[in-house]
Amino acid sequence: MIEAQDISISIGGTRIVSNVDFSVRAGEFVAIVGPNGSGKTTFLRALCGDLPFSGAMRLDGDDMLAMKPWEAASVRGVLPQSTTLTFPFTVREVVKLGLLAGRSGASRTDEKRLPELALARVDLAGFAGRFYQELSGGEQQRVQLARVLCQVWAPVLDGKPRYLFLDEPVSSLDIKHQLIIMDIARDFARSGGGVVAVLHDLNLTSMYADRIFVMHKGRLAASGTPSEVLTDVLIEQVFDCRLRVGVPPHGNMPFVLPQTAY
Amino acid sequence: MSGSDERAVSLGDRSVRAKAVIVFLAIMLAGVMLFSLTSGASNASAFSVLRELWAGAGDDALSARDRIIVYDIRLPRVILGALIGAALAVSGAVMQGLFRNPLADPGLVGVSAGAGLGAIVVIVLGGTMLQPLTALLGIYLLPLAAFGGGLATTLLLYRVATRRGQTSIATMLLAGIALGAIAGAFSGLLTYIADDRQLRDLTFWGLGSLAGATWMKIASAGPIIALALVAAPFLARSLNALALGEATAGHLGIPVQRMKNVAIVTVAAAVGASVAVSGGIGFVGIVVPHVLRLSIGPDNRYLLPASALLGASLLILADAVSRTIVAPAELPIGIITAAVGGPFFLWILLRKRGIVDL
Repeated sequence: MIEAQDISISIGGTRIVSNVDFSVRAGEFVAIVGPNGSGKTTFLRALCGDLPFSGAMRLDGDDMLAMKPWEAASVRGVLPQSTTLTFPFTVREVVKLGLLAGRSGASRTDEKRLPELALARVDLAGFAGRFYQELSGGEQQRVQLARVLCQVWAPVLDGKPRYLFLDEPVSSLDIKHQLIIMDIARDFARSGGGVVAVLHDLNLTSMYADRIFVMHKGRLAASGTPSEVLTDVLIEQVFDCRLRVGVPPHGNMPFVLPQTAY
Repeated sequence: MSGSDERAVSLGDRSVRAKAVIVFLAIMLAGVMLFSLTSGASNASAFSVLRELWAGAGDDALSARDRIIVYDIRLPRVILGALIGAALAVSGAVMQGLFRNPLADPGLVGVSAGAGLGAIVVIVLGGTMLQPLTALLGIYLLPLAAFGGGLATTLLLYRVATRRGQTSIATMLLAGIALGAIAGAFSGLLTYIADDRQLRDLTFWGLGSLAGATWMKIASAGPIIALALVAAPFLARSLNALALGEATAGHLGIPVQRMKNVAIVTVAAAVGASVAVSGGIGFVGIVVPHVLRLSIGPDNRYLLPASALLGASLLILADAVSRTIVAPAELPIGIITAAVGGPFFLWILLRKRGIVDL
């Protein structure tokens, strides 16, 4: 279990995140939502150890700040919003970098083919020989997820859960691949790992998240299960947008919800 | 069926090819060294030089005169050329990985200029103001001063160009130009106050040359370069991770800050020591890693050793050209590497505009 208490983060003298309490348990898919600039990514970056913060952050009771980079790398994988490369790496070479962390947890026979297995998971089988820079933004994002999956292939290692931190993992993907990626994250949690995802799509959030943390102006506006959190009042308060939850639009205007996937 | 499976597995995996290229480059380096040992004004045959090196001085394969030429003139030149070529090429590759920029090169971003300033200070002031240091450090003062100059420039460059863990490429190139100009100004000032003998030293040194290669120079700069070359392969995995960005490299378990420090010191040591003994030899650091990336990809585990081998070969060859093309006179080697490297650099830019702008 990862537990963060009273987290505040300042960048260059500006307070971005204030007094946030947060937790994710093994087996749980946790989503962080909120409007642009509400501090979601900043909070996730602190959780990854990239930003200094005040407050306490513990992994199974141990101080996360005290962890060495390689120790942290063996218990969590991080997917950034986007990754640009300046050198002509092939897709396979990029995915294989995930194995640098050293403990994929895959069986010895799987480990050799892990880049291929991971690429197949994100629906990019056959892309191994392509150049990363030639791919579309959505494809690049899936390559990066495949890399992260190589790093923490087994959701549980040595009896301890591992975690996926995903920063807007589906923001540049088409609907089919949004579902594929969200399924991967949910499977990871179902198999005993923990998932923290910053998301923008409230429908996908409601569909996949076990718990939602709603951020607003750097503070925690609400947390709880999707049905507890996603209410007309909260959405108006936080997103400054008058919307109705669970109500189909007027007339015959078509609408498509990921929830209807079958 | 299983054949196509195997091909599917190896798709996008260039490691086999990279290893083959490294073996080829190693053989090429051996060939180039032998060629360079046997070419020049005196025509000792390849066979007799090999027999001499193999059997030692007891054999009569070479005449006494040829033996002196091979042992005291050509061999130190070839070894120094190999060391410096390898050092410059590896420094280029490491800097490009460190800055995540294919255009980073010790010569372009002012590191060579900083190292040069360190060397010029010693050449001009070594006999007067720095006399106590000269007495203390002897032949090591020049490479150490150049190392210090290179290190200071690299550190400054990194400090200026990096903000919140992000290294800005534009800032780096601009800061490099500024630092180069500052180093150039001080170098100019020192040149202005130099006497005639020092001026001649400076001019020839500044153009870059292996002509003064002696066992003494190898003894002074060799250990520093060798240390840097030994350290470089340990950076390979970290540099690969760094290609994904500093934050992601950290997430993969790389101790980024420590690794950056090691990389900076390695580059400064290799460039500083090289500049100290051979002056400014341009473009090896940018041309060699580029050519290799086109063929074996950017994986530093292969790129660094391959760069060392190709850089060594290229510099030895350039040196062989420099001392035969206008024989018995010699052309400074910097002229040759710049004459070949400049147009090549332009060609890379023209070809790669698409990817650079991507």
